[in-house]
Amino acid sequence: MVSETPPKKIRVVDNDVYAISKICGRLLDEVREKNFNSDEIFAIHLALEEAIFNALKHGNKFDPKKTVDIDYLITDDKCDIAVADEGSGFSPDSLPDPRAEENLYKPCGRGVLLMRSYMDVVEFNESGNRVHMVKYKKTNKS
Amino acid sequence: MDQDNPKIIVEYLSDLAVVTLTDEKILEEADIQALENSLIPLIEQTPGIKMVLDFTNVQFLSSAVLGMLIRISKKIYESNGQLKLCNINDKIYQVFTITRLDRIFDIFNAQESALADFD
Repeated sequence: MVSETPPKKIRVVDNDVYAISKICGRLLDEVREKNFNSDEIFAIHLALEEAIFNALKHGNKFDPKKTVDIDYLITDDKCDIAVADEGSGFSPDSLPDPRAEENLYKPCGRGVLLMRSYMDVVEFNESGNRVHMVKYKKTNKS
Repeated sequence: MDQDNPKIIVEYLSDLAVVTLTDEKILEEADIQALENSLIPLIEQTPGIKMVLDFTNVQFLSSAVLGMLIRISKKIYESNGQLKLCNINDKIYQVFTITRLDRIFDIFNAQESALADFD
């Protein structure tokens, strides 16, 4: 049953990487309360970590004057999260495939791949500075 | 026998170093950097090191940790050493397979089999 509750909002200020675990912890507590299974919780956790870290590092370039906004809605059926930064954005389709032979030994560039692999919906806005992700609860689906 | 940074426990077995990661979650940039800073001296002090990284305690990691592992493995192979990973749980192993890093790391179910595989 989808509630009519509006999305909750969290703002990450000062580009504080240590805030990520607190935010993830808070959001994941709500996911657990809705009885998502451990695989789904792992998936949401990983995607959220990657999205926030990308927003802080690649989006805001750790500029303390910029913020990251997280909107989320967790219902009995799905976990819906949007992460937006104040960067100029990027084109997700232009990212090199980190699984390609020539990229396997590169130490970065796997975040978006993981988000897409673990979430059911991953879509970026046109300018590429906001990602919207959804994980559906499998156990509630027919 | 050596005890380094709290993030790792290092045991030396003859010419082998078994490094057990102690954190359940490896996430924060500073924690990853601290882990890397703990591992690099081991590699630099022992050219040709044969290292096993044991993930028994690790329940969660992010792609930034994968990057750190790649940097560490390069450093080990550049010094003619060898690196093997073991005791990676199913969820984390899936992260390695999705990113295809299971192709570039030697990964074993148990520490004993990792140790037995060294040349």
